[in-house]
Amino acid sequence: MKDPRDFERPIQEIEAQIENLALFGEDKSRDKEMAALRKKLEKLRREVFAKLTPWQTVQLARHPKRPYSLDYIQAMFTDWQELRGDRRFADDPAIVAGFARFRGRPVCVVGHQKGRDTKQKIYRNFGMPKPEGYRKALRIMKMAEKFRMPIFTFIDTPGAYPGMDAEERGQAEAIAVNLEAMARLRTPILITVTGEGGSGGALALGIGDRINMLQFSIYSVISPEGCAAILWKDAAQAETAASALKLTAQDLLRLGLIDRVIEEPLGGAHVDPAAVFQALEGVLAEELGELSGLEPEDLFERRYQKFRAMGAYLDAEQGEAAKAKGPAPKPA
Amino acid sequence: MWFRQKKKPEVPSGEERAVRVPEGLWTKCESCGQIMFSQTVAENGQVCPKCNYHFRISARERLEALFDEGAYEEFDSEVAPADPLEFKDSKRYADRIIQYQRQTGLKDAVINARGTMGGVPVIISAMEYAFMGGSMGSVVGEKITRAAEEALRRRAPLVVISCSGGARMQESVLSLMQMGKVAAALARLHEGRVPYISVMTDPTTGGVTASFAMLGDVNLAEPKALIGFAGPRVIEQTIRQTLPEGFQRSEFLLEKGMIDMVVHRSQMRATLVSLVQKFTGKTG
Ligand SMILES: [Zn+2]
Repeated sequence: MKDPRDFERPIQEIEAQIENLALFGEDKSRDKEMAALRKKLEKLRREVFAKLTPWQTVQLARHPKRPYSLDYIQAMFTDWQELRGDRRFADDPAIVAGFARFRGRPVCVVGHQKGRDTKQKIYRNFGMPKPEGYRKALRIMKMAEKFRMPIFTFIDTPGAYPGMDAEERGQAEAIAVNLEAMARLRTPILITVTGEGGSGGALALGIGDRINMLQFSIYSVISPEGCAAILWKDAAQAETAASALKLTAQDLLRLGLIDRVIEEPLGGAHVDPAAVFQALEGVLAEELGELSGLEPEDLFERRYQKFRAMGAYLDAEQGEAAKAKGPAPKPA
Repeated sequence: MWFRQKKKPEVPSGEERAVRVPEGLWTKCESCGQIMFSQTVAENGQVCPKCNYHFRISARERLEALFDEGAYEEFDSEVAPADPLEFKDSKRYADRIIQYQRQTGLKDAVINARGTMGGVPVIISAMEYAFMGGSMGSVVGEKITRAAEEALRRRAPLVVISCSGGARMQESVLSLMQMGKVAAALARLHEGRVPYISVMTDPTTGGVTASFAMLGDVNLAEPKALIGFAGPRVIEQTIRQTLPEGFQRSEFLLEKGMIDMVVHRSQMRATLVSLVQKFTGKTG
C-alpha cells in the first residue's frame, strides 16, 4: 500500500527548499526566490487541502506532529496540576486528568494523551486507555462536580486498548460507567475532539453539553482499517472505508452529532498550533459562558435531550411528516 | 415446562454461522457434537442435555419464555432503520436491511415488550441476533431508550436481553452515539430508582457491552456466553498469542467480578421474577 501521507510530500519538498534558501545570506535574488516559493507553497496547500479526501483527513488526525492534549493544556490553561491514579488498580498514562485555571477560573481538564517519541509512545500506550484510565478520569470529573468546576475534555485516541489485561479488569464496564456518569454530572462538560475520536474509547470522555471537533479530526465507530478488514475482508480497502464511514468533522456536523467545527490552518493544526489554541480557547470561553448560567438540573435535562436526538430512523407510527428523526435520513 | 415450541424455525442468514441445524427432526450440538431429537433440545429450553450448551434462541422465544403465560404486548414495532449514510460495502446497507427484514420478520434487531413477570409489570427489550448479528444502529439505540423511558414512566422494572456483536458499522458514528444515548436514558432510570436488570447472552460484545449491558443494577449472564468489549480475534492480533480457554466467557466474568450471577436458561425466569418482586416490594 502506498504511503497514505504522500499527499503532503510536494508540500514538504517546497518547505525544504525554503529552509535551504534560508541558510544563505540575505540578498535580493534569494529573497525574491523565497517569496516565489512561499507563494507556490501557499497555492499548493490551498489546492491539496481544498480536495482533501476522508482518508487524507484520517492521516492528518493521526499526524505525528499534531498537538496532543498536554499541548492544549499548556497553551490554553494556567496552573495545571495533574492528578494520578484510579485508587483501585493503577495510573493510566494514556489519560491525563487534573485541575487548572481557564481564564482565571478553576476548571477540570481530562484528555487522552499520546506520546511523541518511541519511549513516550510506549509509556502512553499510543493513547489507548485501559479501564484504570477511564476510572481515573471519572474519579476526577466527580471531584469537579463536587467542587463546582466545569470540565473540559480533549479526545484523541485510536480506541480503548484491546488487550487481555484491559478485558480482565472490565474495559466494557469502565466505558459504560463513564457514559452514564457523564450524563449525570451536574456541571458543564465541554468536549473537543482534537485528533482521533476512536470508538467507545473516545466516547468514554465524550458525553457533555458542547461537542467541538477540529477541522481535520475524525470520529468513528471503528478505524477505517478495522472496518475494511471486516466489511471488505481486506484492510487495504481502508481508503474506501474511510469515505463510507463519514468520519470527518464536516460529516458529523451535517449529521447533527456535534456543535461546531474549529477551523485549522492550511496544512493542519501542527503547521500553526498557536492559531489553533487561540481559536479553540475563544470558542470554549464562549461556550462556557453560555453554559455557566444554567441551573444544574437544566444542564442535566438539556444534555439528555442532546443525546436523545442522535440517530436516524423511520417511524411509521409517528406519521409521514414526523417520519424522519434526527438528521433527515433518506428513505431506505 | 415454560418453553414453547417455535412457531416457525428461524432462517439463519447466509452470513451468520448457523448455530442450529434445523434439519427437521434432528439437531446437532455446536459444542459437543451430539446429535439429538430437536424435540428433546426444545423441551430443554434449547439447551443441550448432554453438555449444557445454550443454543442461540430468537428474541420472540425469549419473550415467550420470560413473561407470565408467555404473554406480552409489543410496542414501538414500527421503528425502522434508515440508511442515513447511504453505506455500501460489498452490498448496499439498504439492501441488507430489506434482506434481514424478510428473514426475521422484524424491522430491526430488538423487540420491545410490556407484560408481567410474577405479577409485576415489566418492560423487556430483547435483542435479535439473526438481524445483522444483533448489531446496534439507530433503531436499537432508539428502542432501548424508549424502553427505558417507558419503564421510568410506568415505574416498571426494565430487563434488557443482549445478544449482539456490537455497533453497526453501516451507521458509523450514528451507531456509536447510541451508546451515549442509551446510557443517558439509563442514568434517568437509575436516578428514578426503577430497577434495571441486564441479561447477557452469547454473544454480547463491543458497544453493547460497553453501554447498557454492563449498566444493570444486576448483571446476569447465561452460561458460557462470550462477553467482552474487544473481540477475541482483535485481542489475539494485539497480543500475538492465543487466548486461554474460557477467556471472556460468563464464568470468567463472574470470577473477575463483572457480573452478579451466571444463570442457566431454565432458571432465568425464576431468577428474574424473584429479583423484580424483591426490588418492587411485591410478594412472591
Ligand atoms: Zn452439547
